[in-house]
Amino acid sequence: MSDARSAILAKLRASRDAHPITPPPSDTTVLADKRWAPEERLPRIRRLMEAVHTEFLDATEADWPAVVREFLAREGATTLLYAPGTPDGKTLAAATSPLPPREREGTHAEHGEGEGLSEHDSNPTPDSPSPFPLRGPLPSPGAGEGVHLIPYDRPVETFKEQLFEGIDAGLTSTLGAIAETGSLILWPSAQEPRLLSLVPHIHVALLRADALYDTFWQAMRDNRWAEGMPTNALLVSGPSKTADIEQTLAYGVHGPKRLIVVVIA
Amino acid sequence: MTQPTPPRPSPTRPSKVYFFGTCLVDLFFPDAGMAGMDLLKAQGLTVVFPQGQSCCGQPAYNSGYRADALKVARAQLDLFPGDLPIVVPSGSCAGMMKKHWPHLFHGEPDEAKAVQVSSRVWELTQFLVQVLDVKLEDKGEPVRVTWHASCHAQREMGVVEEPKALLRQLANVELVELKREKECCGFGGTFAVRHPEISAAMVGDKVDDIEQTGAKRVVSGDCGCLLNINGALEGGHKPVQGQHIAQFLKERLHG
Amino acid sequence: MAEHHGTEAPVNFAAASKAALLDPQLRGNFRRAMDGLMTKRAVQFADAKEWHDMRALAASVRLRALSKLPELLEKLEANCTRNGIQVHWASTTDEANAIVLDIMKRVDAKLAVKGKSMVTEEMHLNAFLEEHGIEALEADLGEYIVQLDGTMPSHIIMPAIHLNTKQIAHLFKRKIKEAESIEDAAYLTGLARRILRQKFMNADVGMSGVNAAVAETGTLCLIENEGNGRMCTTVPPVHIAFMGLEKVVETLEDVPPVISLLPRSATGQPITTYVNMITSPRKEGELDGPREIHLVILDNGRSSVYADAELRDTLRCIRCGACMNHCPVYTKVGGHAYEAPYPGPIGKILVPQMEGLAKRGEMPHACTMCNACVEICPVKIPIVEIMGRLRVEAVRPGDAVKDSGAQASKTEAMVWKGWAAMNASPMAYKIATMAMSKLGNAAPTGLPLLKEWTSVRTKPRFASRTLHDLAREKGIPDV
Repeated sequence: MSDARSAILAKLRASRDAHPITPPPSDTTVLADKRWAPEERLPRIRRLMEAVHTEFLDATEADWPAVVREFLAREGATTLLYAPGTPDGKTLAAATSPLPPREREGTHAEHGEGEGLSEHDSNPTPDSPSPFPLRGPLPSPGAGEGVHLIPYDRPVETFKEQLFEGIDAGLTSTLGAIAETGSLILWPSAQEPRLLSLVPHIHVALLRADALYDTFWQAMRDNRWAEGMPTNALLVSGPSKTADIEQTLAYGVHGPKRLIVVVIA
Repeated sequence: MTQPTPPRPSPTRPSKVYFFGTCLVDLFFPDAGMAGMDLLKAQGLTVVFPQGQSCCGQPAYNSGYRADALKVARAQLDLFPGDLPIVVPSGSCAGMMKKHWPHLFHGEPDEAKAVQVSSRVWELTQFLVQVLDVKLEDKGEPVRVTWHASCHAQREMGVVEEPKALLRQLANVELVELKREKECCGFGGTFAVRHPEISAAMVGDKVDDIEQTGAKRVVSGDCGCLLNINGALEGGHKPVQGQHIAQFLKERLHG
Repeated sequence: MAEHHGTEAPVNFAAASKAALLDPQLRGNFRRAMDGLMTKRAVQFADAKEWHDMRALAASVRLRALSKLPELLEKLEANCTRNGIQVHWASTTDEANAIVLDIMKRVDAKLAVKGKSMVTEEMHLNAFLEEHGIEALEADLGEYIVQLDGTMPSHIIMPAIHLNTKQIAHLFKRKIKEAESIEDAAYLTGLARRILRQKFMNADVGMSGVNAAVAETGTLCLIENEGNGRMCTTVPPVHIAFMGLEKVVETLEDVPPVISLLPRSATGQPITTYVNMITSPRKEGELDGPREIHLVILDNGRSSVYADAELRDTLRCIRCGACMNHCPVYTKVGGHAYEAPYPGPIGKILVPQMEGLAKRGEMPHACTMCNACVEICPVKIPIVEIMGRLRVEAVRPGDAVKDSGAQASKTEAMVWKGWAAMNASPMAYKIATMAMSKLGNAAPTGLPLLKEWTSVRTKPRFASRTLHDLAREKGIPDV
């Protein structure tokens, strides 16, 4: 196969040298000029994303776990997959599941909300098995409406079937959103795995209202993406959709059927 | 190369122009050619029609026979000496001369001459509007017409609004635009005979579009399109008729 | 389907298109769909200055990539390798298929799920894998439909655009056990979702195309709406990505203009639902993603296209398919009539260069040169100029294009010589036009060319006197 490599490269090089191309300069003014006043960005993002069936919830740093929980309960979702090692995951667990893990059952009263958090802190190694059974009983008082938190804390191979068939919703953070196109920036990591935002039927994404960019181009420049791209970076602009059947839009083809953006003021 | 170059602005309104009639006008629509020259003369211009002219070379050029196209194009060069504008009653032939001649003559000994001639080419309606800024007085009966834009006029010469602006100057003419004004009528030179079924389907869609406007006349600036559309209108026994814009304008001005 | 190389028999576009023209359902499906797509695209580019500037930027990005193509491919390879992506080079589709089979055998793969990839259509990969007992399942809904139907995509972005809901419902009913006769896009989509999610879960290998490969970072960018691309590139343990060698861009910042113009031109949406940027396989400590990523870089004639200073502009293409949507010929006959992986205007210039002018000599003639494609191409490919050049190559023996000169005909050359002689001499022209004016209208409609012309039209009528005659009579000065 290295034959193919050298043959291809040699031919390309000879052709290029015989007929060099002088490309016109890349004038990025048109990208730099795409700007919106700070107060226009979020309404624009909402408008564009709502046009493709994204749903928005308003929240604060203090109440977003409750907002998420109430939403899911209202929609009849009973299982929420989340990233236990991320700050948001910890907040969620702390707020939603003050009930300590089973081995500490009965000691609930002695522990504040931070206990759930410390439990997860004690289990940061992604490959170690979770103390939570996937569809375990876990009657958490905070989620009295019946939303079970399921940490994504083990390799996908160990629970693929449950991931595909036993989970209603997945919660992820975002790096922000893009005003031009109405897109969320997702930056999966070891702590926040890639499939969280893809396999569950509902994708709940947290968006900080101060992390808004004008363009994709601006976001990658401001944050120097080129210096270190993650395994997988994503822009997500709505729930999964298709128009492959007679150009009729249908949502929820392969990925999430619904995308819920929780805007944290 | 793909963008039509804006015509060289005529610094002053010339008193004299050349007319390049084109082979299709010569053989099939000579009255349109005469009308074009009359419109120019009515503006006080002297029109020169070099009798040695024939064809811009496009048929061979688009069929892959560039040497034959070059031979024919070259035969036109010496007929248009000096700096006078060359007015052409066809967007397609004008496009060939303006856009493709420089490419065709590239590397040839007479390249500079060809480029000089090419740079003086104007499509008729473009010249009437942009250079002469004509004002038309309509003396005709009320009539509804539609406009067929030729592909090369639009996309090689950048002529989109000029002919419609001229038609809109006519008080008794109601212009109803086609739903798919920009879509090709299916002529395409040799395409019409190489792929007659597809060409027929294309002109069929065009005829439907024309009929839906309820117009009595379909006016166009290109005789290839007119041959195609008129042939199909007639073949389908439709009451609509196609006419070259020069002839239509001349008729309106004379009542 | 198994035949994927070597045949030089000409493909008869005229015959295939005739069949398409006789199918009113098909014509209606295309007319409606293309009208809608053109309207939606126009809305996206309502701001003429933005369109002009974005287009200039995207064209410059593509040209810059082509200007450094060998270096950028080496850089891409180095950065991908550093990131853990294994890079493979294939000169031909046979080599590319062999590379895939090798990987499949090594991991003992039985099922591959595929996101959209035009390169694998060039390779006839599905048929090849099937011959080797491996199921390759198309997961893009349109591609899935087409695969169920046993046909080819009719559009590079909307593969099943030739079918309407009713036809797809019938197809599902025929091919899928649990399908009910419900002619509803939401129902059919839901059914496909249930079936395909099982496949994603169980697939051994995921395959995808690449919309842009970034040399600077070794990142593969894929855009899509459905999520099947993300499934294919994230769920199975092995991901194989395919790219034509022209798909590289220099820097990450070159991606936004391309990613912006592609969906806006293709379907009139401001952005696709997902922009998926893949830079490495699963890293230590990560919980999902493929453990192996392979990037197959395919030539398949592209380096020959690159060799010609004029023809190489073909390689700017970002595969948005807008040229198809705007092509009056494509709109009439649909994608299948071309019998090629790439139909429409880009197909008419790309496929003859890949497969040769003996087999594909008619393709560049299936065009009225109306320039509608050129007007909307987001990277300013001079499609019609290339079309004209290929018409030259078809009749001029040489080595610029595979099988240059294959369509050369002594009779045709004679006809044009005669035409040139007539038009290059004022005297000959005068005699010839006089003859036509006097005798042309007597020509019987059965004559070649006139016969084709009069299939739906009346005969063109020669005027009794030419413009030359009239001008002379009216005293129009000659100089």
